[in-house]
Amino acid sequence: MGDRVAEFAIAASALATVIGIVLVFVFVLREALPVLTNPEVMREANLGKFFGPGPWQPVSDLPRYAFAPLLVGMFKATLVAVGTAVPIAVLAALYTSEFAPRAARELLKPVVELLAGIPSVVLGFFALIVLASVVQGVTGSQSRLNALNAGLALGFAILPVVYSVSEDALRAVPRSYREAALALGASPWQTAFRVTLPAAWAGIFAAVMLGVGRAVGETMIVLMASGNAALVSLSLTDSVRTLSATIAAELAEVVVGSPHYATLFFIGTLLFAVTFVLNVLAGLMVDHMRRRLAGA
Amino acid sequence: MAIRQAALDVLARPAPGPSPREFATPRRRAAQAGWNVLWTGVTGLATLWIVLIVVVILGTVVLGGWRTVTPTFLFKNPEQGMTAGGIFPAIFGTCALVFLMIIAVLPVGVLAAVYLHEYARASSPLTKLVRFAVNNLAGVPSIVFGLFGLGFFVQFLGRGMDRAMGLDVVFGQPAILWAALTLALLNLPVVIVATEEALRAVPRTAREGALALGATRWQMVRHVVLPQALPGVLTGAILSVSRGAGEVAPILFTGAAYYLPYLPTSPTDQFMELGYHVYVLATQSPDVERTLPLLYGTVLVLLGLTFALNFTAIFLRAKIRRGMGLGDTA
Amino acid sequence: MTETLAMTEPTTAATAATAAPVAPRPASRMTASALPAPVQGDPAAPGRIALTVEKLSFFYGKSQALFGVSLAVPERSVTALIGPSGCGKSTLLRTFNRMNDLIDGARVEGVVTLDGEDLYRPGVDVVDLRRRVGMVFQRANPFPKSIYENVAFGPRMLGMKSGGEMDDLVERTLRQAALWDEVRERLKDSALRLSGGQQQRLCIARSLAVDPEVLLMDEPASALDPTSTAKIEELVLDLKARYTIVVVTHNMQQAARISDQTAFLMQGKLVEVDATSRIFTQPRERLTEDYITGRFG
Repeated sequence: MGDRVAEFAIAASALATVIGIVLVFVFVLREALPVLTNPEVMREANLGKFFGPGPWQPVSDLPRYAFAPLLVGMFKATLVAVGTAVPIAVLAALYTSEFAPRAARELLKPVVELLAGIPSVVLGFFALIVLASVVQGVTGSQSRLNALNAGLALGFAILPVVYSVSEDALRAVPRSYREAALALGASPWQTAFRVTLPAAWAGIFAAVMLGVGRAVGETMIVLMASGNAALVSLSLTDSVRTLSATIAAELAEVVVGSPHYATLFFIGTLLFAVTFVLNVLAGLMVDHMRRRLAGA
Repeated sequence: MAIRQAALDVLARPAPGPSPREFATPRRRAAQAGWNVLWTGVTGLATLWIVLIVVVILGTVVLGGWRTVTPTFLFKNPEQGMTAGGIFPAIFGTCALVFLMIIAVLPVGVLAAVYLHEYARASSPLTKLVRFAVNNLAGVPSIVFGLFGLGFFVQFLGRGMDRAMGLDVVFGQPAILWAALTLALLNLPVVIVATEEALRAVPRTAREGALALGATRWQMVRHVVLPQALPGVLTGAILSVSRGAGEVAPILFTGAAYYLPYLPTSPTDQFMELGYHVYVLATQSPDVERTLPLLYGTVLVLLGLTFALNFTAIFLRAKIRRGMGLGDTA
Repeated sequence: MTETLAMTEPTTAATAATAAPVAPRPASRMTASALPAPVQGDPAAPGRIALTVEKLSFFYGKSQALFGVSLAVPERSVTALIGPSGCGKSTLLRTFNRMNDLIDGARVEGVVTLDGEDLYRPGVDVVDLRRRVGMVFQRANPFPKSIYENVAFGPRMLGMKSGGEMDDLVERTLRQAALWDEVRERLKDSALRLSGGQQQRLCIARSLAVDPEVLLMDEPASALDPTSTAKIEELVLDLKARYTIVVVTHNMQQAARISDQTAFLMQGKLVEVDATSRIFTQPRERLTEDYITGRFG
């Protein structure tokens, strides 16, 4: 086979990745553009309406497109997810990298990979059928499907990534720091909390950001387990609807080209932008940490 | 020298104030030991909690579904308005979907990884751009891929093809082709990363040997590097299949359907799919009690499939890593 | 100060064992044992024994790194451990503060004592041991914190609070390490900005801050330039007024310059230990002589 042909294919494939991500952004934005450029669409749905107060009622005689309830829902669910998953993941990462015998680490790695391999639709099913009843029993809440339920299942979904990245960060701290601390008469936990963890903080921060990004973008779990009611409330046991689930729930019924359609694509663009920024930041943090430790 | 004298003075004098030594009382040492036990316990419990989560989820699925999953279940069609029977079309649809996906993603992913590892210069802006693109592609939410599939493949490409070929609505609608291509883009990073890992494992000596014989770079890659990297590439392929079978959001609007009286035989057909089936059955079942066993069964089949694939990939990867030490014996 | 090594006829091991000790055996809390005669560092000080090893064998899993080593280290003196690479001198050093425990499969047979207490008996507080026996590593490893925080780390771990006393302690230990004048204006700066030699002196100060009894130094100057090395050597000589010091070095001239007693190890066995002045001029063992004269590396 001609070298030229092969090398062309190789370069084309590499470029395909770049083109791919650009296309994703462009074509999601394209369908969303009417809310920024088309006056007729903008009468119903525009930036002011999105970020102003009001309910989310796209399907009604007087359509209302305020994101506020969706943002509140996303915030609540993500808060529960991060609040439950991050401490557990980081503590477990501390255990396997600082305290545990090697056997424990070898056991946990495949378990975490197993958890990572569970499709989110299965986690959503679990939350809907099993977890919701348990949560309702414990909290005695009115709605069976709510932010707490979805948040817990979201927590399961982000556990693997937060654990893996945190553990990598902790193990990247040079052994010499640990040895120096222990040789000074610091106890193992003092070493872990006063030397290793601070040295790894950038990596752990990156892990949390990746977790948040994953929680924000996750759709199936929230779709199945949160109740999908676009309410604004502070209670975690109320049903919520998030940005991502809104797209999934409403796109099927929407008329192509309508303001509702464009709005849903706009939400998609928003999600893309948010997760993009989080990923870039996380990448910068990891680089920063690597450089700082390499300088030692 | 004044400094040395100062040092010697300090060394000679007894230290004023409490020596740190005095802080090391037995009581304090016991407290330290206590803290150690506490923190080891807390972190150990966190680890155990993760294991518990996995065990409980898997356990409920297995316990709830093992009775349903019989060979008939796997090979029969759904009956009685989807409240009984089997899930064969969903299994078939899933297989067809990932098959199409693999055809699309594997060549592009492998070649892109070849570019990154064999051809690219680390400092070139193009390389950095490609790496950036791969990293960020991996972070895009799956629903956004779904939107992209709808907006680009179905609306733009599909409609465009229909118009160009003078057809009515053939390509410009949800179809297994578009769903597969959407999944292919979603899984591109998975294949690229796994292939790169495989390429890295091929020892430099193998490459140098080929080049020293006068082979071109592509010949070296094709005849020496890629064959040795094959197991790693396979790992990436298996992982992408596993992910492709499990992701539902990207196919919600690009071709998945709940009930179809036919199996997908053409790229423009819609299809039933395991994950989508779980979603609909769980949220929109007409008779929850009757369909619950079906739901559990479908979930079990889906989980079984993804785990079997993941285990194979992990096993392969472990085998490759163990065999790396022998790579140099040519 | 290179000594001309006048070689006498090599003597056998038997005659070596009957060589008369230099000074009367000091009283110590140990029972009588077949330890080689300890060497007095400072004639003014009566010289107790601070550290001992008795028939110490050390194993990394299946492979053995030390074979029945016996040695006594007098307090407030400098003992040097020399030998070709891989001879076990670092391993021996690390048994004194049980840093070897960090390695999977590490196993000890024999007795190691500090002030007469067996360090490896069950129930020993290893954390406290490591405070009493400090260690300075081959490559300076200051924490990625400020200079002040590096020195204050040990005392903080012991429970000392910030304040005037902490400031005094930091100043005192930096003076002991002959580093105070160089860093007094920038205590809050990152320790990583110091030069290699300064970082190593900072690590020494850091170890001194917890008021240890013994200071172990694993090739402390091997990664440094000659000027910094000279400063470190000077420091060691000054510190022995207060601390017991054991130094591992591959540089024989260094051992000759700074130590009172030198032990020569090879392939995990203690070949010879004697007063530094004697071991370099009249070594008893043929192997020692060969090593010192450079017949093998």
